[in-house]
Amino acid sequence: MTGDFGQPEHLTRPTDELSAAERRELIASMRPEDAEGVPELHEVEIPAELREQIETAMSRYPQLRSASIPALWAVQRHHGWCSPEGIRQAAAVMGVTPAYLQSVASFYDLFATSPIGRHRVLVCHNISCWMNGADELLQAFCEASKTEIEDADHHGATSADGEFFVKGFECLGACDLAPMVSIDEHYYGPLEPGDALAAIEALRAGDEPLPEKALTKRRAAGGEVDRDPRVPADPPPHGGAEEASRP
Amino acid sequence: MSGSETRLLFNHIDEPGLAGLETYERLGGYRALKRAFRELEPDELIGSFEESGLRGRGGAGFSMGKKGSFLPRGDMQKYVCCNADESEPGAFKDRELMMKNPHQLIEGCAIAALAVGAAYVFIFIRGEYWEIADVLDRAVAEAYEAGHLGGDIAGTGKRVELVVHRGAGAYICGEETALLDALEGKRGNPRLKPPFPAIQGLYGGPTLINNVETLSNLAHIVNNGAEWFKSFGSEQSPGTKVVSVSGCVQRPGNYEIELGIPAREIIFDLAGGPREGRRVKAWFPGGSSAPVLTEAELDLAYTFETLAEAGSMLGSGSIIVADDTVSIPELALRTARFYHHESCGKCTPCREGTNWTVKMLERVTRGEATPMDLDIIASVQENIIGYCLCVLGDSMAMPVAAMVTKFRDEFEDVAASGSRLDAPGFRRPGELDDSAIDRPLTTGAGV
Repeated sequence: MTGDFGQPEHLTRPTDELSAAERRELIASMRPEDAEGVPELHEVEIPAELREQIETAMSRYPQLRSASIPALWAVQRHHGWCSPEGIRQAAAVMGVTPAYLQSVASFYDLFATSPIGRHRVLVCHNISCWMNGADELLQAFCEASKTEIEDADHHGATSADGEFFVKGFECLGACDLAPMVSIDEHYYGPLEPGDALAAIEALRAGDEPLPEKALTKRRAAGGEVDRDPRVPADPPPHGGAEEASRP
Repeated sequence: MSGSETRLLFNHIDEPGLAGLETYERLGGYRALKRAFRELEPDELIGSFEESGLRGRGGAGFSMGKKGSFLPRGDMQKYVCCNADESEPGAFKDRELMMKNPHQLIEGCAIAALAVGAAYVFIFIRGEYWEIADVLDRAVAEAYEAGHLGGDIAGTGKRVELVVHRGAGAYICGEETALLDALEGKRGNPRLKPPFPAIQGLYGGPTLINNVETLSNLAHIVNNGAEWFKSFGSEQSPGTKVVSVSGCVQRPGNYEIELGIPAREIIFDLAGGPREGRRVKAWFPGGSSAPVLTEAELDLAYTFETLAEAGSMLGSGSIIVADDTVSIPELALRTARFYHHESCGKCTPCREGTNWTVKMLERVTRGEATPMDLDIIASVQENIIGYCLCVLGDSMAMPVAAMVTKFRDEFEDVAASGSRLDAPGFRRPGELDDSAIDRPLTTGAGV
């Protein structure tokens, strides 16, 4: 006789009455037969570069599992998305099950668990960008890249030629650039709807889109500000830096 | 025009090469680190941080020194985590601090590690800030090279390792216990508290978690003393604060101010106020999770305590301004959608409450709601606040409840007739046709 979930009879008692060994036995007895365990390293073909990146990440943390997000980044860079094949490769290097990495990948917005376009255009549609015309900008990017706006504003949409992935994204942390986009991990803003076509054409031509609107070019909003008298003056240019420290 | 900016962390912010070690050291950088490692005891450091009154700049405003003092003494493995997962709508100060002055943060991280006795520091930066993380990586490599990090800091034999950990897009990871789970390589779900991270945090060890801006202040306090730090700002909110101003203002951006100046000065004198002919209708004083305030409350002093008295909060110091062209019900819907998308789904009140709030607000903006629905929206918010493991649900409930209360007339108007699409100057987000409204929204985090 077995319990309601097919567990052996001696394990049908409430779980808090079981010993640790019995619990492990219970879990093992309930594991589906087709569940994939930890893939053996020698069974999986892993690109050398990917393997090295994951191993480097693992070496940087006190506990190996901390490398799961860096490992998934490496997989996504190598394969273009977190493909089952890539996840299996990372799982083999890390010594975890593919299901574990899959569960992590599916939690985070930036990991694609299905294939997506080559250039990623994330259009912020949160409060500040919305008030400054983000919806029009998203529409312009969808028109320029020939993607479906309905999908783009929801899960993200890939163009038919596979070149572009456009997504309406939650706040990207650049409300001062509103409305703004992140294109292939670089921020640009503030943009006009007209900039979308220029950006998409530049990407097609292999150029940097909108270089003059890059975040890195932006100076502090307040411009030059005089030093407050309480803020210590700069140390003299040569030597004396050590002595200049105040009590 | 830059009348009331007081730049401490933003001093030299646009100096060419500041992100590099050479320029940072030329301007006096890493003096504090050398002094702290060579001359000061951990308890002295914690004591001076506590005395300086420095409050956490990430949102909660808790005393940094006190937080540090909660970590047990002893030889166990301890950790420092820098929370750089800046994801709250309206907040972008850490981005500029890290991009332009990464060494100021690294120096602060090493000093914090010394103060609490940690050998590991992790900077958890949101995945979207990829180019900023590259800047940090370069700066960390330089700091290792120069002996400001690693096994022999400033020649004292003391060890601090620093790792820049990139997230992958989840607002919830800014919550400190979710951040720890993400750092341990799991899905970023918040943990039950207590135990608090100061006792049992990363890998089960005592962990100090502080925001980028908080840690960026430490070198200045070591260099100049706690008394000097208290000469800035107000008695209960000493120091400066980098305030992110965005939305309907003419000069959006980061401004470093002394806490205590009136909000009006920040919004109008610094950020230029709304465009010509427009008025401030509502403003979030501390990011999208702060209850909104109205035009009448613009003269409040910008401090932790006055904003709390006014029923809102300073939070991360992010002001979002909505002018009189913005529909408040639409604004509430945008706000609620964000939290609905970002809810991790662990606690029922947040997972379901954000979902139903979005659906009800959509009904309001379509003109299909009754005044009774507004009461239901308000009661849903009451049933979220305080009933979850973390405050993500509260972060939606507080501003939405404030909007429904303070702009009740507008909600009732819109509920009766829908958003007034043809009113002059009235903007409505996107083409919210029926098909767009009926489609299911994403549930939980993830694509």
